[in-house]
Amino acid sequence: MTAQVSPQSDETGPARSKIDSTLRAILRDVLGLSEERAAELTPDSGLFGHLPELDSQAVADLLTEMEDRFDIIIEDDEVDGDHLETYGGLLALAEAKTVTS
Amino acid sequence: MTTPLKFIEWPSPTVDGGTRNEAALAFDGGRAMRLLVIPPLFEEANKLRHLLVEALRRLDASGIDSFMPDLPGCNESRAHLAEQTLDGWRTATAEAAGHFRASAVLTVRGGALLRPTGLPGWDYAPQDGPKVLRSMMRARIISTKEAGHPETREEIEAKGRTEGIALAGWQIGPEMFAALETAELPPPETGVIVLDQETIGGRPLWLRAEPDFDAAQADALAAVIAIAMRDSA
Repeated sequence: MTAQVSPQSDETGPARSKIDSTLRAILRDVLGLSEERAAELTPDSGLFGHLPELDSQAVADLLTEMEDRFDIIIEDDEVDGDHLETYGGLLALAEAKTVTS
Repeated sequence: MTTPLKFIEWPSPTVDGGTRNEAALAFDGGRAMRLLVIPPLFEEANKLRHLLVEALRRLDASGIDSFMPDLPGCNESRAHLAEQTLDGWRTATAEAAGHFRASAVLTVRGGALLRPTGLPGWDYAPQDGPKVLRSMMRARIISTKEAGHPETREEIEAKGRTEGIALAGWQIGPEMFAALETAELPPPETGVIVLDQETIGGRPLWLRAEPDFDAAQADALAAVIAIAMRDSA
């Protein structure tokens, strides 16, 4: 196995760009977005409460998939409405968890 | 030549030792190669049903019979879901394997927890009991928070174990809840292959917020099964 270390990586966790691309891939899978549409997500893009198909079960599945792909555990009290409302909020949660875990 | 898709009934065992007719989706041409399909549990069964039915159509065209029984308490079943137990479902799938004279078994996601022993086959993206419960409990935590009367995971677990609980609209009885909390995947068995999503390709359909379908995944799933069943026939 060869380790590929990107220049941005450090010992605190994966590079931010990697977290961002993985999170976009998860949302692409959950929402059935095209690659182009997933790439267009901005920090302000609305999620929970903005997209009718993103109900509580879909959000729960999304968080569980984040746990699996980032190899993190997201505690229930770590998630608040701000994290789920926009792409930027969700990305902040993913970044905070992958740096501390 | 293709066989018509039929919904048939079969005598599924009940907890009190009797039987109750349950429905099964079947392509039954009386052929030698016979696949039993154990669907995912709860909501994922709905999300993957289209894919599975289309895969079974393709298997039919390849000369393979298939049977996908409803789990008691699900789909067309007249049994109450809240009264079902994991062991009861295991008994039902084992009986189904015999009743339909299955020569192989495909389990999907949490359906792997119900795999009958002694038959070759595939576990597609298997999921253990704690993972099945994890997302469902999380959904309840999020929705109760949204509704302004938040519940903690501990409260949900305590209620689930003592009186049972509705998770994402699914009535889970106390025995079922407790069993899922510790249910591990069956140990590796000769002739049973784990299929991951990379083998099937595309995006996992159980993740989709709105049920979706992908013909290429149905092709891939059917191809893996048909090639192996023909080779061993």
